[in-house]
Amino acid sequence: MHSDKRPREFYVLAAFFALFVLFLYGPLSAILILSFQGPNGGLTFPLNGVSFHWFGNLFEQQAVGDFGGSFRRSFALGIMVMVVTVVVSLLAGLAFRRKFVGATALFYLSVASLVVPSIIISLGIGVLFSQLGLQPAWYSSGFGAHLTWTLPFGVLIMFAIFNRFSPAYEEAARDLGATSWQTFRHVVLPMIAPPLIGVGLFGFTLSYDEFARTLMTSGTYNTLPLEIYGMTTNVTTPVLYALGTVTTLFSFLVIAGTLGLIMAMNRRRGRA
Amino acid sequence: MVEVRFLGVGAPKPKRVIRVPLGLVSYLQATPLMLILGAFLLLPILMIGTVSFWDYDFAQMYPDFVTFNYTETLGSWVTWKTYLNTLKFAFIVWAITLFVGFWVAYFLAFHVRTSAMQSVLFLVCTVPFLTSNIIRMISWIPVLGRNGLINTALVNAGIVPQPVEWLLYSDFAVVLAMVHLYTLFMVTPIFNTMMRIDRSLLEAARDAGASGWQILTNVIIPLSKPGMAIGTIFVVTLVMADFSTVQVMSGGQSASVALMMKNQMSLLQYPAAAANAVVLLALVLLMVAAILRVVDIRKEL
Repeated sequence: MHSDKRPREFYVLAAFFALFVLFLYGPLSAILILSFQGPNGGLTFPLNGVSFHWFGNLFEQQAVGDFGGSFRRSFALGIMVMVVTVVVSLLAGLAFRRKFVGATALFYLSVASLVVPSIIISLGIGVLFSQLGLQPAWYSSGFGAHLTWTLPFGVLIMFAIFNRFSPAYEEAARDLGATSWQTFRHVVLPMIAPPLIGVGLFGFTLSYDEFARTLMTSGTYNTLPLEIYGMTTNVTTPVLYALGTVTTLFSFLVIAGTLGLIMAMNRRRGRA
Repeated sequence: MVEVRFLGVGAPKPKRVIRVPLGLVSYLQATPLMLILGAFLLLPILMIGTVSFWDYDFAQMYPDFVTFNYTETLGSWVTWKTYLNTLKFAFIVWAITLFVGFWVAYFLAFHVRTSAMQSVLFLVCTVPFLTSNIIRMISWIPVLGRNGLINTALVNAGIVPQPVEWLLYSDFAVVLAMVHLYTLFMVTPIFNTMMRIDRSLLEAARDAGASGWQILTNVIIPLSKPGMAIGTIFVVTLVMADFSTVQVMSGGQSASVALMMKNQMSLLQYPAAAANAVVLLALVLLMVAAILRVVDIRKEL
């Protein structure tokens, strides 16, 4: 297979793919470059000098609102959502391995959670909280709103994994006298750990970037995406790009860290 | 690491074993999911259904049973135009993402030869989708704007005498940004189904004398349909729900149903927004139900 010549179709498609990648990354690199705009530079090219001026601007309260606070809130919320998403989807995935009354309904409810427009969930939770006399806040109503977005991804991924998971390993463990907890802890969990970490990554990044569902549910204090969304209408300096660069680099770091973790685990398992 | 334990060695603590009947385990495991979705999905939607029949004034809502939230919304020409506009965006973006997504997935699945390279290239496509939507939207401004990269290049090359105005803050910009934001939701499911196509089918087709094009149209496309259906669900529901892309990229010149809802919400007209929400939800669920007739998601996962 490797020796035969690539058909012409390959080169056409490769060019198409390259264009697609350029389309994905081109605009992002434009704001990356423009965030180093000089102090007198504007929102478009050319660069009017090169400086860290706008990055410095980012950390002054009055220039961009509460960047530090909203970042901390988004980070904390992302971690909370990640932990709950991993645990709840794992449990649900295990539940779906057996038949139980309402399994189909619960499955379609998860799918519904994915397809119901975000703004409807935002509105619903907002109105529900106000009718119950509860104060909406990012850690209560916002937290729940984010879970309706991350959980279906987690549940569907776990569902897919357990669909292909051979029960033979568990049967072997049981035959060797393992309790059901031991079977889970020492056999099942190590095997599903890498995708489970993937679910965690999804949980964190989806929450960290989510804003349509947060719109009506964050209460008094903004999360970072809401802060950025607000800035799109009233900030006309490259500080917007600086913020975009910083948060995007942070996302890249999180993704790279997670992938590194998964690869390290796979390598360790390969050695063992 | 191998751990060896001898039975009876070590602290002989009498362990209390809590026995849960096997049939109950599944319910216990499913309970957290049920509770969360019940509290933050079902209950809010029921609440919206209720509130859509309530009366309201500039400050408050009043429990009532009135239908004018619906009649006002559905009786207005603006609403119908907004719904049509949203459907138009959904259709155009769907068609483009399906085309792009199919060929990208096809390239990855059938033309990239090593699985390591496949993973790397797939990752390259995925990473931007794990970053902020708003940032990715804003990033088009220096590219498309009046003094943006494209316009500067066009003017300098002498192709157009003046900057092209419709690149940014137009329906074109909205569609472009949506394609940029949502294509991965098409690529991933199609790539997934393509990877599960038995390669011997392709060989069999080739042995039977099929040309590359015939293999594509008679084997690969029919077998990738479930992936396309799942991608379609994602893209259509995302576009139907979108308000930020329409708002930012059209510069307020275009409308979508969700944007109309958002404006009503910012005017505290919650019952009116709720009536719109009910109509939009019904429309989206009908579309999804229609797609689900083509594909059984549970089998495709």
